[in-house]
Amino acid sequence: MTTLSLFSGPPSSAGAESFRDHAKRLGHRPPGDRALIDTLDRSGLVGRGGASFPVGVKWRSVESRSRGVAVVIANGAEGEPLSRKDRTLMALRPHLVIDGALLAADAVGASRTLLYIGEAHGAAAVAMARALGERPPAELARTTLLGAPPSYVAGEETAAVNFVNTGVAAPLAVPPRPFERGVDGRPTLVQNVESLAHAALIARFGDAWFQSLGRHHATGTILLTVSGAVTKPGVIEVASGCSVDEVLALAGGVSGKARAVLLGGYFGGWISADHAGSMVLDPKGLRAAGGSLGCGVVSVLDETADPLDVSARILQHLANESAAQCGPCFFGLRSLSAATTRIASRQADHGDLPQLHRWSAMVKGRGACRHPDGAVAFLESALKVFEPEFSAAAGARGRRAS
Amino acid sequence: MRQPGRVVGGPPDVAQTELWIDRTKCDGSRLCAELFPERISLDDWGYPIISPGPIPASLMAHAEKAVDSCPVLALALRRVERKPPPPPPGAKAR
Amino acid sequence: MLNDTVLWYTTRGAGAVSLVLLSAVVVLGVLSSLRFEVASWPRFLTTGLHRNIALTAVVFLALHIVTAVVDPFTHLGWLAAVVPFSSYYRTFWLGLGVIAIELLIAITVTSLVRAMIGHSAWRAIHWLSYGSWPIAVVHSFGTGTDAWSAWMLVIDVICIVAVVGAAAARLILRSPDALATDRARFRERVSRKVVK
Repeated sequence: MTTLSLFSGPPSSAGAESFRDHAKRLGHRPPGDRALIDTLDRSGLVGRGGASFPVGVKWRSVESRSRGVAVVIANGAEGEPLSRKDRTLMALRPHLVIDGALLAADAVGASRTLLYIGEAHGAAAVAMARALGERPPAELARTTLLGAPPSYVAGEETAAVNFVNTGVAAPLAVPPRPFERGVDGRPTLVQNVESLAHAALIARFGDAWFQSLGRHHATGTILLTVSGAVTKPGVIEVASGCSVDEVLALAGGVSGKARAVLLGGYFGGWISADHAGSMVLDPKGLRAAGGSLGCGVVSVLDETADPLDVSARILQHLANESAAQCGPCFFGLRSLSAATTRIASRQADHGDLPQLHRWSAMVKGRGACRHPDGAVAFLESALKVFEPEFSAAAGARGRRAS
Repeated sequence: MRQPGRVVGGPPDVAQTELWIDRTKCDGSRLCAELFPERISLDDWGYPIISPGPIPASLMAHAEKAVDSCPVLALALRRVERKPPPPPPGAKAR
Repeated sequence: MLNDTVLWYTTRGAGAVSLVLLSAVVVLGVLSSLRFEVASWPRFLTTGLHRNIALTAVVFLALHIVTAVVDPFTHLGWLAAVVPFSSYYRTFWLGLGVIAIELLIAITVTSLVRAMIGHSAWRAIHWLSYGSWPIAVVHSFGTGTDAWSAWMLVIDVICIVAVVGAAAARLILRSPDALATDRARFRERVSRKVVK
């Protein structure tokens, strides 16, 4: 059974919840202050943009440097092709997102709030704009809507800051990180819209309530985008700590037979179907174990699909989406993608498979942002989970003198 | 006239200074690898692989020359703030 | 009388040497931006020579200017060395020389403090070198007593051919920065006019 908290209230067929209905159902937003940051710490809320970083810690790092001039960016860029949760959340519960952003602004001492929404997410942008128009003038005065260019890295936090400062959504090298110096040189909080929406409810109902929603040691609920070989793909809200099996059941079950599950999106990794089923989806727990729920994508690969072809296409996309600022990322991913595509087409050269391992190691950590790291981690998971297919395909052309 | 290496984060405490690179600026001119091969090698595409860790006093002059040589000012010398990250596999320190 | 002659010869000699050195500097600068490299000639040799020869040229230019100013024959005051076209002696051609040296001073100073002013500002000023060098050449033809002597003409032809050749190479050859096109293409893709 789904656990609802963000999607409690009117069904999705009702569209965006109006400000009046939102206030009637949940009450007006409480004031944001430093005490809220402590509450967030206790709640166990972690960032839902991909890094699963503790939200309270992040807000405190901005608040401690703020001196009243910080900036909050609500990150709704959602450049991950397999993820739809952020745009769905913004389209249905825009006021939760706006509440969360304003609470964050109050708590960290920000004078400006920016809502950074992917240009391509039409319904979400319309809903958020309309919702903003329903807010009291005082809130409207310090809140601005921005359209994020449709690129994979536009949602990276330094890219968001860079976009506000210069109009170019390209990532920057760190230090300084946004929480130190961001928009106009001020401490900037870049927070995913889902994280902000959770914070908006925690501010009303408390950390104990949020903890109670989760299973076992996990806290709260999480939004997932379930896709691939399932009967009812879409965005669902589940209790943090439930298993992949339960999630797939909620999505109507697997259509066909599963070979593997892609967890976390293009930036995540493959898990073989045998291991995936019982895997517990707890963002904090997974992060502690060295894995990642990423942006909550759960995509099922059917047995009949060619895992090499799917992996090669994803890697190609990641290579194409490089910002082309850092040589190791641009050329490294391009080389990796070309070799993977050759292997997938059963046209591999003798050295292609060993080169994949060598180049992966060469590329890791050598970009300004984590884009190449994510791509390499994805490829490494594919090499591990689909090892038999890779070996067979790499040798398919037969040994030739190079 | 010798230009001192640029340091981010205060004056360098020689034993605790490391090389930092702004990867978005680096355009692969390869001068740094020529001048500081002890800590900088090149990858398959001509971009620098920098061995992590503090630079010993005996190598500081080379480090500073490498920093000065960068035509796009991508390199800097930085105080080591925390534990250095594990070396990227494939990086070779001579 | 002897002193005057020494000063006069030094002015002319130092001027000629400066021209040769600055021509070498421009050629080396182009080789540097084109990332010229062969087995026996690493990249740092190009950039190192470019820098050192430039600084040497500045010394010879200082000699050239000082000896010209203190020479009683030319009646030049220090002002003439600083304000273009303010001398009575060969006003126009000398004025060109003043402009050329002032551009060169801007280039030299910005190069020495490159780390402080950042790459973009440094690069913008450095483009002036393509203006400074031809102005210096015209100055040398206009003011140079030796300009039309055979040996000086040979030197001039060699310098001009070298610099023009290098400049042509700079224009014709593709930038060796392999990321340039893709970087620009991506930036174009993700650029918007942001109202702040």
